[in-house]
Amino acid sequence: MKDYELFDRQTQAIIYGLQAAAVQRMLDFDFISKRDTPSVAAIIQPTQTSAVAYHKVFYGATEIVIPIYKTLEYATYKHPTADVLINFASFRSAFETSMEALESKTIRTVVIIAEGVPERQARLLIQSAEKNKKFIIGPATVGGLVAGAFKIGNAAGTLENIELSKLYRPGSVGFVSKSGGMSNEMYFMVSQNTDGIYEGIAIGGDRYPGSSLMDHVMRYEQNPAIKMIVCLGEIGGTDEYNIVDALKSKRITKPLVMWVTGTAARILPKGLQFGHAGAMAGSSKETAEAKNTALKEAGAIVPESYDDFDVKIKETYESLVKKGTLKPAEDFEPPKIPIDYSDAVKQGLIRRPTDVVVTISDDRGDVPRFHKIGLDKIIEENKSIGYVIGLLWFKRELPEFAQQFIEMVVKLTADHGPAVSGAHNSIITSRAGKDLMSSLASGILTIGPRFGGAISDAAKYFREALLKKMQPKEFITYMKNEVKINIPGIGHRIKSLQNPDVRVTLLKEFVIKNFEKHPHLDFALEVEILTTSKRNNLILNVDGCIGIAFLDMLENLEFTPEEIEDVILSETLNGLFVLGRSIGMMGHIFDQKRQRSSLYRQPWDEILFSD
Amino acid sequence: MASKSIYEAAAKKIIASELPKYYPEWKYHNKLVVIDCDTDIDKIIEENSWVKEEKVVAKPDQLFGKRGKANLILLDAGCDEMKEFCIEKLDNFCEIGNLKGKLERMLVEPFIPHEKEYYVSFTTDRDGDTIHFSLEGGIFIEENWDKVTHIEIPFGTDIASFNLKVNLPKLGKIGDIIVPFIKGLYQVFVEQDFTFLELNPFAITEDNQIVPLDVKARLDDTAAFLHADTWGKEIEFPAGFGQEFTDEEEMIQKLDEKTGASLKLRILNPKGRIWTMVAGGGASVIYTDTVADLGYGAELGNYGEYSGNPTMEHTEIYAQTLIDLMCKYPAQKGKYKYLLIGGGIANFTDVRATFIGITNAITKSAEKLKKANVKIYVRRGGPNEKAGLDLMREIGIKTGVPIKVFDRYSHMTHIVSLIQKEEGKK
Repeated sequence: MKDYELFDRQTQAIIYGLQAAAVQRMLDFDFISKRDTPSVAAIIQPTQTSAVAYHKVFYGATEIVIPIYKTLEYATYKHPTADVLINFASFRSAFETSMEALESKTIRTVVIIAEGVPERQARLLIQSAEKNKKFIIGPATVGGLVAGAFKIGNAAGTLENIELSKLYRPGSVGFVSKSGGMSNEMYFMVSQNTDGIYEGIAIGGDRYPGSSLMDHVMRYEQNPAIKMIVCLGEIGGTDEYNIVDALKSKRITKPLVMWVTGTAARILPKGLQFGHAGAMAGSSKETAEAKNTALKEAGAIVPESYDDFDVKIKETYESLVKKGTLKPAEDFEPPKIPIDYSDAVKQGLIRRPTDVVVTISDDRGDVPRFHKIGLDKIIEENKSIGYVIGLLWFKRELPEFAQQFIEMVVKLTADHGPAVSGAHNSIITSRAGKDLMSSLASGILTIGPRFGGAISDAAKYFREALLKKMQPKEFITYMKNEVKINIPGIGHRIKSLQNPDVRVTLLKEFVIKNFEKHPHLDFALEVEILTTSKRNNLILNVDGCIGIAFLDMLENLEFTPEEIEDVILSETLNGLFVLGRSIGMMGHIFDQKRQRSSLYRQPWDEILFSD
Repeated sequence: MASKSIYEAAAKKIIASELPKYYPEWKYHNKLVVIDCDTDIDKIIEENSWVKEEKVVAKPDQLFGKRGKANLILLDAGCDEMKEFCIEKLDNFCEIGNLKGKLERMLVEPFIPHEKEYYVSFTTDRDGDTIHFSLEGGIFIEENWDKVTHIEIPFGTDIASFNLKVNLPKLGKIGDIIVPFIKGLYQVFVEQDFTFLELNPFAITEDNQIVPLDVKARLDDTAAFLHADTWGKEIEFPAGFGQEFTDEEEMIQKLDEKTGASLKLRILNPKGRIWTMVAGGGASVIYTDTVADLGYGAELGNYGEYSGNPTMEHTEIYAQTLIDLMCKYPAQKGKYKYLLIGGGIANFTDVRATFIGITNAITKSAEKLKKANVKIYVRRGGPNEKAGLDLMREIGIKTGVPIKVFDRYSHMTHIVSLIQKEEGKK
């Protein structure tokens, strides 16, 4: 590459900062420009933990990967031919990272995207670039491009604009401006009035840009592929006078069509910030009029106003063609890039079936919704846990009595001492030094047919009894002779008719008082009369009462029989037990952790060793 | 904007805290009191007893100079005199040059008797900084500018070992204090990211101490993140004296501060017939230029821009504000008003989304726009340009507001020259 060139079709860049969209845009540009290699060699992501990661991007329709490294040092070592750093670091860290790149062996051009780099830091970078014979574009710029060869980050905007402005192949015009915002407009305008852009750079609107308008104009002057130069200057600063001097001393010989914006400053109130940081006329010499006049006198082609800038560009181009100095670039149809899935969906071009249907909640809006009810309303109206369970488990706003019943079940099942299998397992796992989640899981995993299962089983068989319209006596016989198990929910180790379980008493009272109908409980109580007549501890126990009362709750909620079937089959009752008991199990885990309890080992004297 | 003016009091505080780091022999009185319209003057005198015990100086601290010439400096005054002066001046309008504004801040400090006034200032440039020094400072510095010495300090110079003395005029005995003072102050200038610092004048007291009398300073506000400790948490970058904002301007400023996008509005001529709603800083300058260059500068109602992909809602508020402003005064008989909805080809701003905001405002204001005889010209390109421009055309047909729409194939300022054609017809 010649000195006056910054980028060609082989140029590869290292990108500082994982800017997925910018990288994809660069590769899309590469693809339609028919480059041989992608223009991005590597990405640097300082926060990354692994030594190398990979970023997936499309090259046309196929996917390729680009390595991501932690440091510039390693990236330059792995990719010694990548000589451009595109620095997306924020204004806080752009200085350090740019300085490192300027001092590296392999990086030749540093592009600084960040806005708000302190002026003194910018000047230090400029000094380092001069010392190291490097080139800076920016700060505060979108960058630029060499048409059909290399594009910096987000320059030139969307793919559509790149295609319409024919930036996938070189034209004959070198363009440079301060403003990055105007560069798309100018690329397209130039393409409409000439054979298109050869190279376009936006130097950035700061007071001290790393490279000046003049620097790029002089590069274009030296580049034989560029036949004419278009430049958009700006009020403030004196950069344009270097161009005036170069015109006067014939160091610029190519036609230069130039306009300096900010002519309206004369009609604006003093002190009004007009465009960029650098756009403030400090003296009469720095006004747009003074610059335009000086440029015109020095031989630049200067329009009367921006309004005929396009005309001047067109005239200049056509006269070069006429003279034979400029042979219009040949055009070709750029390869098509498949439309991105998200864009295609947005435009209604394609559709795709979903994989999952969710009917209970939605977190896409401003506030998460539990079955259509906003979380804000739930909090503001101080709704109960029972209400929330109703929304998420039953997709209903449960009436007061059902909310209360559910909360009652959660309270009743919250704990049953340390000896039962769930709490015991939680304690042992916690004492083995395991985390909360593992300890809780080991407790929950014991919930099943033998532990906690009586609730579901009671519900299952008593429901069957009512559905089959069995008499209590018939039911007892059925369980004994056909199912061949003790009736789930009947019987207690200690409690008896004379010494009732207070939990059961409370539940029964609640159901009878609050449920309009309670056929399952009524039936169970009739069964209890028969069983207790055989033995006085064959009472309706708390598990049985919960299961049966739950069935009665459903009876009062206007569920269809099919819906009730679903509630039972989907193990909702088990869910209530898991929910309640988790409170207790976590309590045991926290208890053990607070005590720093050591590893549990079962004593030998609790074990019978035998062959 | 990177270079921003700060109050004299703020500049003096930074110097007071930082200069001793580089020039430890420097002693400063550190007596600064700011009095504004809300200050309880008696209380502040109570808290700063030196105000009663010493002769004081009081002067406005509102970013304008030539205060002496405007009779706004009270010198060698007692406490009561100072109080009277502040009460008399504060909250009143005054005219400085061609700027009219309200006096809102007074800086009070000890009166320093002195015979000679010196001048020093620092400016920055791409390749280095410049120290400007004169033995003849004071209010006539501009008239005596030829007596100012300019010393270029190439970027990266170690000022401590730099032979400054050779470059300064003959100073005699005071050189021993002036040279280290300037060197130290220059280091403060560099380390604290000043972009401009001027002491005009500074004086030397009988006991050979240098005292900055009047100070003007600008800081590089982009460096704020480096100086939270020395600039103070709430360093102010006040608007220039006489810059009063209308309600609409203030409302848009507040909106601008709230978003990551940019929304700017300045009203130039409330009765102007041409109003611009332009996307992008660069393009907005060019539209404003072209209106002026084509001879309609006096008719221009506003300067402003919106950019950085503002939301639909914010764009609607911005458009509505402009429409309300331009419809405030009835149309002059037989004359049109023009709303230029302009812009280049956007990089990433969604044309459709922003145009939905604008068309909402147009729909709501259709009758108003027709009554004010408004013609709307649109030119824009960028993501979703076709859908956005179609929307504009449709809204024109639907509301009956005359709207002409142009896409990227028309020159960006074509809609400005269209005004020329329309006006020329009559």
